[in-house]
Amino acid sequence: MAFTEAEVLAGLAEIVNEETGLAVETVEASKSFTDDLDIDSISMMTIVVNAEKKFGVKIPDDDVKDLVTVQDAVDYINKAQEA
Amino acid sequence: MTPKVVVTGIGAVTPLGATADATWQAILAGKSGVHTMDNDWSEKYGLAVDFAAQVDPQVVPENLKRVQAKRLDPSSQFALISAREAMADAGLEETDPDRTAVSWATGIGGVWTLLDAWDTLQEEGPRRVMPLTVPMLMPNGPAAAIGMEFKARAGVQTMVSACASSTESLGHAYDVVANGHADIVIAGGSEAAIHPITIASFNSMQALSRRTDSPETASRPYDVDRDGFVMGEGAGTLILETEEHAKARGAKIYAEVSSWGISNDAYHITGGEPGGQYALRAMQSAIDNAELSPADIKHVNAHATSTPVGDIPESLAISQLLGSHVGDALVSATKSMTGHLLGGTGAVESILTVKALQTRTAPPTINIDELDPEVVGINIVRDTPAELPSGDIAAISNSFGFGGHNAVVAFKSV
Repeated sequence: MAFTEAEVLAGLAEIVNEETGLAVETVEASKSFTDDLDIDSISMMTIVVNAEKKFGVKIPDDDVKDLVTVQDAVDYINKAQEA
Repeated sequence: MTPKVVVTGIGAVTPLGATADATWQAILAGKSGVHTMDNDWSEKYGLAVDFAAQVDPQVVPENLKRVQAKRLDPSSQFALISAREAMADAGLEETDPDRTAVSWATGIGGVWTLLDAWDTLQEEGPRRVMPLTVPMLMPNGPAAAIGMEFKARAGVQTMVSACASSTESLGHAYDVVANGHADIVIAGGSEAAIHPITIASFNSMQALSRRTDSPETASRPYDVDRDGFVMGEGAGTLILETEEHAKARGAKIYAEVSSWGISNDAYHITGGEPGGQYALRAMQSAIDNAELSPADIKHVNAHATSTPVGDIPESLAISQLLGSHVGDALVSATKSMTGHLLGGTGAVESILTVKALQTRTAPPTINIDELDPEVVGINIVRDTPAELPSGDIAAISNSFGFGGHNAVVAFKSV
């Protein structure tokens, strides 16, 4: 069963909160992981791996650099779910 | 001329408390930090030992942010908490990075991180192994965490020599300050290795007490019925600087680090040389380097782990070291209360030695119901604290480790 876009966003916010302690409401779609949320590459890898598990998708390492904003990640996961 | 080196700050996370002062107060009250563990290891793995001296699990969440804690092995978490306390105690909010160093120690390193990662690999595959697994498990992880926190750019080093580790790191810190390589050294050691595997290993070599019916009395150095040591965990930090530097900034001074000594048994990987002659050599070297005489030594914090074979050679060595003055030196075996903090033990016992000199109070040794008749000559403080004499006095703190390592630090009152 596929997750809705809103569910993916909410789920990502929970993963970011778990990794960084940032409040879930600060994890908005338009925010940049590095510039706005101050997430470093190591936290980003942990977030990606946790997202893979939560949403049942694969996000190859080479694609992670393209996930600049939270919306990029939501879109990527939505597309990967359909595949 | 070698400058005087002094201790200006202390910090500790131990089974007896979350701070150096809480630990010291518990020591004076003769409390045991040893308890039955709140886990299923005994049932699950059939371990013969179900008790240890553990740090209160609330200490880490109360002192570190969750994100920071997640990136540190428990041995680094304890290290950082104790270092922060010591730096605050020394009144060092800011230091010159180029003149600040770290001399740290651990016996085992990040064993929990390694073994948790192994479980993750088996159960969930390599993708789920945390990226920081290796930097978290490396033995220099605690030193690096402290170095980054306090911007210590004059060198960040880690001594690894089992249970002598953090006496060696303190000795090394003395050298760094005395030789002028840094103004401030954050020195100490940490360990967080209470794990079913370490318990199984130590138990297989018959090193651990199996007194499961009375864990609080299991660590009983010098008692005739002692049957092994009790695993502990935690960290201790001492801030070392030259007396001149400390006085210039108006710092309080706990005690002087006079010098230190080191030797090795080169005898057996776990068993100490039975005559204690190389333990004696390290003690002799410490007091010689410090230009002290046996008559100056009024207090000894003994290594005394409560193993049947370990306590006797050390007592013989102390007797030989002090000769006719042996009766004037009050000997305390504080592992009777703290358990054995392995790589953290030397630092915590040095803190207790420094507090003893500062307050003129030698800690008690608890649980000696019947003194082992083989322990002769040394003047053991039993049950309650004992007063140390006024005037200029000195003390030594002994640590011996698997691998034949012997390290001794000498302190003087101020």
